[in-house]
Amino acid sequence: MSLLSVSNLSVKLRDRPVLCDVSFEVKAGELIGLIGPNGAGKTTLMRATLGLLPSTGANSLTDMPEAERARHAAWMPQAREIAWPVSVETVVMLGRIPHLASGKKPSETDLERVNDVLAQMELTDMRHRAATRLSGGEQARVLIARVLAQDTPLVLADEPVAGLDPAHQIAAMQTFAGLAQEGKSLIVSLHDLGLAARHCSRLILLKQGRLVADGAAETVLTSERLADVFGISAWFQKTDQGPVYQPLEVIR
Amino acid sequence: MMRLFLLLSLAVCALFFGSLVVGPAGLGFGESISALIIGDGGPLTLVMREIRLPRALLAVIIGASLGLAGAAMQGYLRNPLAEPGLIGVSGSAAFGAVLAIHTGFAGAFALGLPLAALAGALAGVMLVMVLAGPRGGSLTLILAGIAVSALAAALTSLVLNLSPNPFAANEIVFWMMGSLADRSMTHVWLALPFITLGMIVLSRLSRDLDALTLGEDAAQAMGIRLNRLRLMLVAGVTCVVGAGTAVAGAIGFVGLVVPHILRPMVGARPSRLLWASALGGAAMVLLADIAVRIILPARDLKLGVLTALVGAPLFLHLILKLRRGRL
Repeated sequence: MSLLSVSNLSVKLRDRPVLCDVSFEVKAGELIGLIGPNGAGKTTLMRATLGLLPSTGANSLTDMPEAERARHAAWMPQAREIAWPVSVETVVMLGRIPHLASGKKPSETDLERVNDVLAQMELTDMRHRAATRLSGGEQARVLIARVLAQDTPLVLADEPVAGLDPAHQIAAMQTFAGLAQEGKSLIVSLHDLGLAARHCSRLILLKQGRLVADGAAETVLTSERLADVFGISAWFQKTDQGPVYQPLEVIR
Repeated sequence: MMRLFLLLSLAVCALFFGSLVVGPAGLGFGESISALIIGDGGPLTLVMREIRLPRALLAVIIGASLGLAGAAMQGYLRNPLAEPGLIGVSGSAAFGAVLAIHTGFAGAFALGLPLAALAGALAGVMLVMVLAGPRGGSLTLILAGIAVSALAAALTSLVLNLSPNPFAANEIVFWMMGSLADRSMTHVWLALPFITLGMIVLSRLSRDLDALTLGEDAAQAMGIRLNRLRLMLVAGVTCVVGAGTAVAGAIGFVGLVVPHILRPMVGARPSRLLWASALGGAAMVLLADIAVRIILPARDLKLGVLTALVGAPLFLHLILKLRRGRL
């Protein structure tokens, strides 16, 4: 089943093309790593896909009405914004907003869902603490939990694991992979190519606003492409403990 | 949460009755209330129904609307220093009123001044919306509001500058300080529809404001229509602040301080802060309006002066508390 289909998506900001004719399709159960150097258009691609930026081209998500879109796709922006010192569980409950009629109190299902994701992200102990007083990495986990609480078939997250310690980075990626196994699909932008190669079922590589490769890690991360797009060399091997990927040197 | 609601409601009720029984006529509690309710047609009933009741009612609705508008503005801008006057409504309403005093339109008939102030508020907000454009974030709205506020302040100064005699200038300055003295039921009936409409519009924003806690991008992806939110916010604030300023002049600090005090008590949630600030604002204005009658009964101490006198140190205290918390 296709959860998202985008074709010839283009975005122009101030007459400068930022994204050119990007086409891809997302089926159920995929964990897609969106990779590319700074300024390649990763955030722009995700925001345009969600309809947060004006774009041209066909997009199955922006064809939906706004309310339905919010129940189909959840979005975690790169800016970790929590404006008020509200409690952790309040932040997570905000993810239920698309499921609540205006002015209605959260139902048993909503509370259950919030409890589940709090446990999943190891936040149950700090559920009553003010989210603004947590550390950056803890806030990131709260915001991931908020996105999961939205309970959408599709999740888009902009650098969700940046600033997390190694254990929580791996845990978060495993959570995402677990969701993909349940049949949800996630598009996650990443700078850590090692995490991307190891946990994602598919990688999409962007360079200067164009999609240059789309597929499994070993087909996308070839040494020619890495040299061309990132200007680095790397060591990549399928080991007994899964794929291991280590960037080595800058070759520009 | 229920406890805070009950506490604030009780405070508003008690202060409302307090406001009814405090005054230069020096009546007893039972005496005044029975004169108000039963009404024997004597001077007592006249004092209660024509002087004290409108004053207390205006304190409640204007206080509630300032508190609500302040909480809504802070929630929308995600800034604890935002206040209802930020989008230029109160400045342009004051300019309309000042112009009416200057030209003599205010003296021409009873509602001349408040109607001119409402017209000023409407003109100001339309200018703000034209400047801010049909789409765009909160920043353009603040900038447009500051520009219009500055323009209204400059024009107000110009009118003062050109005032024909010191008495006119005096009247303008005193009006701008803000007061609830000598208002009639006509003022209540003029302000009430606008304030009711504005408060309904603002209270419907609670869910959107909660979602904005996570930023504009995340809120929009949760199905919040930001353009509609901004339009409703501006319309609501214009209704309540425009009508409030029209009948009572500029009463500062209520919309800034009340949400700030109550925020920790509602777990900082923007939606809960809306109704809490409405009740808190009503209580604060009632209290201030009682205080101006008790502190200097012989002199006409202006309500706006008192709220600023009390509000500024209170605000400083909150800033100090914030600093201690952060350091």
